[in-house]
Amino acid sequence: MKVTINNQVIEVQEGMTILEAAQQIGIKLPTLCHHPDQDVKAHCRVCVVEVEGQRVLQPACSFRCFDGMVVHTNTERVRKARKMVLELILAHHNQDCLHCARNQSCELQTLAAHYGFNEENRFPLRVRGEGIDMSSPSIVRDPSKCIACGRCEWACSQYQAVHVLSRKHRGFETYFSTPFDMPFDESICVNCGQCVQACPTGALTIRDDTEEAWAAINDPKKVVVAQVAPAVRVNIAEALGEESGTISVGRLVTALKMLGVDYVFDTDFTADLTIMEEGTELIERLTNGGVLPMITSCSPAWVKFCETFYPEQLGHLSTAKSPQGMFGAIIKEWYSKKIGKTPQEMFSLSIMPCTAKKYEAKRPELGRNNYQDVDCVLTVQELAKMIKSANIDFGALPESEFDKPFGLGSGAGVIFGATGGVMEAALRTVYEIVTGKDLENIDFTMVRGLKGTREATIQVGDLPVKVCVTSGLANARKIMELIKEGKADYHFIEIMACPGGCIGGGGNAYRNWAKISARRKALYKIDAEKLPVRQSHKNPAIKEFYQDLGVKPGEGIAHKLFHTHYTDKSHVDI
Amino acid sequence: MKQTLKILRYADKIDPVSVKDYVKVGGYEALRKAVENPDKIIDTMKASGLRGRGGAGFGVGQKWSFVKNTKADVKYVVCNADEGEPGTNKDRVIIEKVPHLMLEGMAISGVAVGSTKAYIYLRAEYVYLRENLEKAIAEAKAQGYLGKKIMGSKYDFDIEVRLGAGAYVCGEETAMLESIEGKRGEPRYKPPYPGVEGLWQKPTIINNVETFVNVPLIITDGVEEFRKYGSKNNPGTKLYTLSGNIKNPGVYEFPIGITIRELFEKVGGGCPNGKKLKAIQTGGASGNIIPPSLLDTPFDIDPCNAVGATFGAGDLMFIDEDQDIIDVVENLTEFFDEESCGQCTPCREGNRRLLELIRKFKDGTAVLEDLELMEELSEVMCDTSLCGLGQASAKPLQSVIRFFRPEFTKNMKGGHQS
Amino acid sequence: MNNCRRIDPETLKQVANLAAQYKGREDMLVEVLGQVQKIACNSVPEEVISVISKEMGIPKAKVYSVATFYAFFSVQKRGKYVIRMCKSAPCHIKGAQEVLAAMEKFLGIKVGETTYDGKFTLETCECLGICDRSPAIMINDEVFGPLKPEDIEDLISKFE
Repeated sequence: MKVTINNQVIEVQEGMTILEAAQQIGIKLPTLCHHPDQDVKAHCRVCVVEVEGQRVLQPACSFRCFDGMVVHTNTERVRKARKMVLELILAHHNQDCLHCARNQSCELQTLAAHYGFNEENRFPLRVRGEGIDMSSPSIVRDPSKCIACGRCEWACSQYQAVHVLSRKHRGFETYFSTPFDMPFDESICVNCGQCVQACPTGALTIRDDTEEAWAAINDPKKVVVAQVAPAVRVNIAEALGEESGTISVGRLVTALKMLGVDYVFDTDFTADLTIMEEGTELIERLTNGGVLPMITSCSPAWVKFCETFYPEQLGHLSTAKSPQGMFGAIIKEWYSKKIGKTPQEMFSLSIMPCTAKKYEAKRPELGRNNYQDVDCVLTVQELAKMIKSANIDFGALPESEFDKPFGLGSGAGVIFGATGGVMEAALRTVYEIVTGKDLENIDFTMVRGLKGTREATIQVGDLPVKVCVTSGLANARKIMELIKEGKADYHFIEIMACPGGCIGGGGNAYRNWAKISARRKALYKIDAEKLPVRQSHKNPAIKEFYQDLGVKPGEGIAHKLFHTHYTDKSHVDI
Repeated sequence: MKQTLKILRYADKIDPVSVKDYVKVGGYEALRKAVENPDKIIDTMKASGLRGRGGAGFGVGQKWSFVKNTKADVKYVVCNADEGEPGTNKDRVIIEKVPHLMLEGMAISGVAVGSTKAYIYLRAEYVYLRENLEKAIAEAKAQGYLGKKIMGSKYDFDIEVRLGAGAYVCGEETAMLESIEGKRGEPRYKPPYPGVEGLWQKPTIINNVETFVNVPLIITDGVEEFRKYGSKNNPGTKLYTLSGNIKNPGVYEFPIGITIRELFEKVGGGCPNGKKLKAIQTGGASGNIIPPSLLDTPFDIDPCNAVGATFGAGDLMFIDEDQDIIDVVENLTEFFDEESCGQCTPCREGNRRLLELIRKFKDGTAVLEDLELMEELSEVMCDTSLCGLGQASAKPLQSVIRFFRPEFTKNMKGGHQS
Repeated sequence: MNNCRRIDPETLKQVANLAAQYKGREDMLVEVLGQVQKIACNSVPEEVISVISKEMGIPKAKVYSVATFYAFFSVQKRGKYVIRMCKSAPCHIKGAQEVLAAMEKFLGIKVGETTYDGKFTLETCECLGICDRSPAIMINDEVFGPLKPEDIEDLISKFE
């Protein structure tokens, strides 16, 4: 099928939109409501183009090519319309750009710059909404920046099936909000941050805890101990302007040291610990008739989702804490003693790809005696901000190693950052523990990939172990419905709240599937090429640690420090 | 002036709910012919030249053939009884007086395209019509004219009434589908059109009440009789609603093409109290406002388009010399501002901004740039809005600027003239 | 239905029973909201929306979103009778504003308000489709017109 765009004749596939066709010849049409991961909405109208034979301008995002179509994307008529549409959006958008978390990463600001608004807006500024909602530990909602594009609602309902954000009112008063503008922390929000990832402006942003981190760093009385999640090493460089999927683990450690962090540890270590604890729990459940299927519990948004929507199914959740939770307990309860400090003198800082980790850190189960195991969680976006504000040229940094004794993690721990990673890591260990035999091939590729839900059956000794992996809470909901109906005959299920796993987490640089795919490849590359040990139980640091604790996984102090419980959070508003 | 009663020929002469009464005057004969000869229906519609009576004027036969030709397990028929256009009352009159004619037309369309399920989307403001309408459906069902195996044929056809809840935009066909699906009445982008992907993504016929009532008449009276009235491009009779400053407001049936002057003077009786006519809003709230100099325009789609009037659903609102045109335009723009669904930028933002600008003219603070900005904004709204509401909402303003420009310039700051 | 000042538990129970009949029927949401308003003081305030959401199995955010879209629904409590004054152009140019002013005066409230006894809520609405009877109003499900300011007292006094 041939179409002509700006006098260029191109061959396009059936069903392609003008937006996609234009991209093929190097024309990137402006968009706002459109997101490459989402369904077409055609609401904002900034992508309108002239299609010969059509009475009115057509949105490039929704209008499909037909044979012989002739399109013009820059006529006087188009430019005038597009600029007017932008002017209308800007006149109803709080323009305190210099104070906005999205300054220089805002899609609206970028378009405004491209279209050169040198003169004053011809319409008086009107501001939406009833003020900023700061109630959530994870997400800040500022309706005055909402442009009613609908991307947050799409993420919240289509990806996550949480349904806390929706379009309210109509006409000029329309914007996206919680029911009755209820504060986020009183709502059914699970803190996943996918709405933040979807928002083109500063209407939904990550809660900024960088000042708290700076204060601790600059407090001479505090020993600042940072842990860095697996996914961060393939995300931080991207958040600082490098290619998606750039691996920067050594530079990341250097940067944290330069910022003034005293010890930099690798959450990869507690990912391995999670496998030991969770794997032991799985074997226990399999052999002693425990609740099956067992479901992973590393993803705090998923855990909150389960507590909120499926409280009667909480028995399926592994009692193992998340790697962050385990590390927090180690820092405050074990490592503090090693270095002769009180827990209160330790500042436990997490660097996470995740906005829900901020919420998890505040859970009462993960603290004791008036202190929390994790004092502050910074997302990738916040760490990038700190690095920039400390005038560090990340690209020029030399590499450093994590501090000992928690600097060595296995390849199994690293792939926790991608959907399917926890499952694969568990299988690599559980198989060998149960059978007593070494695996010939430790790559369980059948549980990898970005397809919403994957299933596999692995023969472990006499038992064919049926596993399932899913990411995105809408997919999780389907699995939970199966469990509810007694139709899920799996033994073990991995659920990650964010589509794609932690590399698609709400705290990373702004997502799309192409970026997530690059991040995913990078994680598996680290596993396959960069690490000496690829199985959790073979990590010498892990062996040493249990020896030091003087217990086996799941026993005594290990159980006390590394396991948790869950609470029914069923909500009046479900 | 004597009406040409085709659609309303039995109005007030039979019990509207009673199937027996309706059958006595030849009712459901067209449906019988249709089930006997289903393949002929669409050809007959095409030959009749019947165009949609809701405002867009799309060819009925053509629309139905899209639905017929789209393969699907389920197809739907939807009757648009969301008569929200201010100054339009005709569908209410039809539902009140000849509901079976509408039901019969719907059933015929179902037979034509292979649909077995239909909805009537009735606006909330007509809630008091619901009871009788549902009674009429129940009676038709009891007598075998609707429901399973209608009139002993192989066709099933069931009709359900769904009540709106106060949203003008739901008269837009895809917004109506959303509302029937229980959602906010937000229009969908097109294409795909409802004939291909409609209610629950299934091919769907959507026609206006008045369109459906013409269908049985065309089949029983014959195409030739139907085409005797109206114009070549737009045959048949039409129910016209006259409102505003007119002696005899109401709904009247005449052949399409009757002049606006005839409707004003001979039917409507002119302005009350000997007032002079100042302007006429044609085609409803989203239609153009024209000066009395265009009174001799035949009220029909093509002649209206030619002079800058709007045929729409056949409404005329008369505005006498006591009225301030700016005030009328403010009222109309307020209407669109309140009824915009809020999805697309130009309509959501644009109507409010037009309103702000119009008010500057009302309070005498406007300058020439405001007039230019209104013109530019109106143009962009027409050109970029997602649905017909946004595309048409600036039309009345544009027509007033065209035909009554001094009304604006005389209201500018310092009496600025241009 | 009594004059409306609060939604009592009995009413909430009726709402629940009604909504429960349409569990899983998202397509019936507009219809259910309309019917619920008839038993819940012409309104769907937060507690009512929560019940509908729960009983129909539709997320509250969706129910709320739909309820705030349609003009005939109100998430603010309203009175036993909702009086809607048509303010569309055909009524507007025939003196709707004077009729509205008369109602405001008689009821002692402004548009959008409810009388202290919970009996009347005064609103404006768009075209009622009875332009031959303009200026026209709708009180709950009934329409009246043409009205003159002096007709208001007699008309409204009839509603108990």
